Amino acid sequence: MLEAQNLAARRGFAELFKDVGFRVKSGGALVVTGPNGTGKTTLLRMLAGLSAPAAGEIRWNGRRIEPFSAELRAVVAYAGHLPALKDELTAEENLVSLVELSGTSAPRADIDRALDSVALSHRRSLPSRVLSAGQRRRIGLARLLVSRRPLWILDEPVTALDAAGAALLARLVHDHLDRGGIVVAATHQSLGLEPSRVQSLVLGETVPA
Amino acid sequence: MSAPAPSTATALAPVPSDGVLAGVRWALARDLKLAFRSRAELGVQLLFYVIVVTLFPLATTPERNLLSTMGPGVLWVAALLASLLSLPRLFATDHADGTLEQIALSPYALEALVSGKIAAHWLTTGLPVVLLAPMLGLQYYMDGESLTVLAAGLLMGTPILSLLGAIGAALTLGLKGGGGLLALLILPLYVPVLIFGAGAVDAVRAGLGATANLSLLGAGFALAVVGAPFAAAAAVRIALD
Repeated sequence: MLEAQNLAARRGFAELFKDVGFRVKSGGALVVTGPNGTGKTTLLRMLAGLSAPAAGEIRWNGRRIEPFSAELRAVVAYAGHLPALKDELTAEENLVSLVELSGTSAPRADIDRALDSVALSHRRSLPSRVLSAGQRRRIGLARLLVSRRPLWILDEPVTALDAAGAALLARLVHDHLDRGGIVVAATHQSLGLEPSRVQSLVLGETVPA
Repeated sequence: MSAPAPSTATALAPVPSDGVLAGVRWALARDLKLAFRSRAELGVQLLFYVIVVTLFPLATTPERNLLSTMGPGVLWVAALLASLLSLPRLFATDHADGTLEQIALSPYALEALVSGKIAAHWLTTGLPVVLLAPMLGLQYYMDGESLTVLAAGLLMGTPILSLLGAIGAALTLGLKGGGGLLALLILPLYVPVLIFGAGAVDAVRAGLGATANLSLLGAGFALAVVGAPFAAAAAVRIALD
């Protein structure tokens, strides 16, 4: 279970948001929306443990977590704006490298299956530098698939994906929730999830009454 | 596209971080692989080292005594500059493409991953300098004993350059004009290494023996290897926040 209480974020002197709170249970998703510059990415980076909130606290399974804490690093998979791919490596090498970095022992079969599911098998030996933006995104999806982390933090995951890619993403998220995972996503496109599973958080209009 | 089937392994279990060595190994292996793929860049850095060292005899004098006096200093200063030239690559590319975020979120200790990166940096930039130095030293009429001590000093000193440099490289992440700032930040810290390293060769030439200087370099290495990965890891976290 992922909880947040009274979170606040600042950039310089500007307050991005404050008094943000939510509770996402296992098998649930939180979709964060809001105009540009209202702190969606900042909130996601806080939840991933990459930056410290200006106020408030984040709890994972009831325990308060600090930025970069070992407990959080063991459960979180963060897919930010940057693809974390190396131009010098092939699609497959990039995937294997990222999966190993996440501490998961990945059998060949899992890697093959993941590349297959994101429709990159026929491009696996190409250097990442020649892949399109959408294909690079797909490597990120394959990584989520193989590293099997309970908590997915996805920042604009649909960007650069085609219709088939978006459908694939929706299915991955759906399966992940089915397995008891949690997804926090900042996106304006629909992920096609059942409304009962999704909470929505709109930033930029949390002016306290 | 078929539905991704969950693997037979237990799904969604937190990953235990199994030890420091696995983290060091991951970073070392990956950075060596990347360095090998872009080996032209490493070649450029080595060539820079060779050319800087070669320029001094051309610009000053072919006179034997003078050259053998200034040889160790020139070789050491060039080693410092070569190390500095390669430092921005240590973290900046990973920072720019988002890999550094994933590294900081890995279950492996960030200190271990940083250590692996530093080790790879030394193996690809420091070690070649150590191996080339005795050959380049011949241009300066250095004798066998001086060349041996020079190489020994570089062998202990260049890892310190990589270790201290990593702190500077991490501190200047994301700054505009970080390269120039990095030089200002790090070169003063390199001064003791330079003094003891070049001093070791001078001491041998004066008949004093290099033990004192080399011991101090060894002590510096021991200190740096213990402290620098922690400082660099802390700086990386700050850069990401």
